[in-house]
Amino acid sequence: MLGKGLLQGLAVTAKNLVGSYHDPARYVTQEYPEVPPKLPEAYRNFPFLVSETADDPMGTLRCVACQICEKECPPQCIYIEKSKDKKPDATGKPQIYPAVFAIDTAVCMSCQICVEVCPFDAIKMDQEFAIAATDRFGGLLLNREQLAKPNAYYHQIHPTEAAEVDARLAAERRAAEEKARLAAAAKAAPKAAAPASAAMSPTRTAPAPTAAVPPPAPPPSSP
Amino acid sequence: MILAVAPASPADAWLERAPLLLRDALTGWLPDALRPWVSALLSIAVILGVFGLLFAYMTLAERKLLGRMQNRPGPNRTGPFGLLQPFADAIKALTKEDIVPRAADRVLHFLAPVVLVALSLLGLAVIPFGRNLVAVELEAAVLYFFAAGAATELSIFMAGWASRNKYSLLAAMRALAQLISYEVPLLLSVVPVVVVAGSLSTTGIVAAQGGWAAGIWPHWHALTPWGFSAFAVFMIAALAESNRSPFDLPEAESELIAGHLTEYSGFKYALFFMAEYLGMAALSAMAVTLFLGGWQAPLGLLEFVPSYAWFGVKLLLLLLGFIWIRATFPRLRIDQLTRLSWKFLVPLALVNLLNGGFWAATADWSGPAAAVRWLVSALLVVVPFVALARSLAAGYGPRTYRYAPS
Repeated sequence: MLGKGLLQGLAVTAKNLVGSYHDPARYVTQEYPEVPPKLPEAYRNFPFLVSETADDPMGTLRCVACQICEKECPPQCIYIEKSKDKKPDATGKPQIYPAVFAIDTAVCMSCQICVEVCPFDAIKMDQEFAIAATDRFGGLLLNREQLAKPNAYYHQIHPTEAAEVDARLAAERRAAEEKARLAAAAKAAPKAAAPASAAMSPTRTAPAPTAAVPPPAPPPSSP
Repeated sequence: MILAVAPASPADAWLERAPLLLRDALTGWLPDALRPWVSALLSIAVILGVFGLLFAYMTLAERKLLGRMQNRPGPNRTGPFGLLQPFADAIKALTKEDIVPRAADRVLHFLAPVVLVALSLLGLAVIPFGRNLVAVELEAAVLYFFAAGAATELSIFMAGWASRNKYSLLAAMRALAQLISYEVPLLLSVVPVVVVAGSLSTTGIVAAQGGWAAGIWPHWHALTPWGFSAFAVFMIAALAESNRSPFDLPEAESELIAGHLTEYSGFKYALFFMAEYLGMAALSAMAVTLFLGGWQAPLGLLEFVPSYAWFGVKLLLLLLGFIWIRATFPRLRIDQLTRLSWKFLVPLALVNLLNGGFWAATADWSGPAAAVRWLVSALLVVVPFVALARSLAAGYGPRTYRYAPS
């Protein structure tokens, strides 16, 4: 009958009108500035630098200024200057650190290649999307103080990925410790027999083959 | 406004007489020669103020309701619940640059929106907004109303012509084709009301709809078979006359740029917008007057509510219906639009003319004859509707979507 479809259509909009007042499943709008958006876990846009602690972000950056990300970055938005000196990292080992680490977010294309290539899990993707600035040059160029965020924050935004990274780092660290312990034992055993050869063994066994995790401070071994 | 006060008791209530008392308080101290003039100016000011505000808040209500019907909140940033949005829009429209094309006819280009708003307002002069609340009492008020309404088409063509833009001109001609097509069913649907009420005066037509059959069934024209049919045709034609969705193809925001409004910006554009809403309000007010009993209360018990409040409620309900329809239906094509008018609405309205004549001729039938009268009238509505719908729908079977997932 002519008009049936028209009435059905009117019923649909009437249901929407009533439903949008009491049915949250219909009313999907989020009041954005007041209610922060619930981003999916895999959401990512700009990189940030992971530090081990929140209290001393500059002292515990995982970054060792190896500059791989700087070289790999397709739009060349990363700028790194190595430090002249070395500072102990989270595990106490002396490391070069980035004296300058800057990312120009006006140039960054959010490709995540810096994250893919980093052997130290030092750079990860952030979820901060509201980075509008009134100064397009200075305001969008983030320095290392602005980029550094604690590991706890990483756990907060990407829990699955962060847990996996932490487990891997812990496993590598354990493996290195084990290796160092074995090396120390191996060193101790021949030392009893031939003390003269003791000077050679550390150079052969001490450096971890994977550069990803610097080995923890060598266990105090008896000389 | 008319001074005469009906002797009936609801008419003597204080609220009912409040507008008249206010008018007398404001003009009472003037010399007698001046009083009608000031009184007329006062009515103009009140109509401008009330319908100006109604326009402002209709735009807000429209955006809020459209939003809700699409599961969105609508504007809610300016003031509480977005209540200041119309004023923000007005400031925006006023401060925008007013661009006039170099080749345009500057005078006509300026005149078109002004004339359109003026003509849209003219119709409101003869609407009885309440008992004794009518700005101009005319014997031929219905004729006057539709003459003023038809004149708005002139200013639409003026806008299209003066812009000196081929898109504007073509769109203005399309708009004229639409408006003239729909004048026919609009007027044809009004004729039976005039025949049955026996009056061309709006106050007379409202008076003819007073009282209740069996104490509960109002004598409103929309509640009779022929009146219901005429009301439906009138409202569909009114949608098209006021360029409202689904007949908004003169402007067709998504396909044409804005039709005859292409070369208009700033406050001139806002004036066109205002004229659209005023025209919609005027046609709705006319529909209330002709079919929904004007300011009459639906029940005798409810007569303590002042008549102008009843008129306002009915008017708002019709306007909300316009918004509801806009939220629901997609736009018609120009061929579908004219087909609907000439092949469907005009024949229905013509048969309805006969129906109205029958109703007027059988006004004195009572008892079982009254039932026969209602039955015949209802058949005169239903049979042509079904027959026309069947014949027009033939060959337009249910659409099948071959590639869409079923």
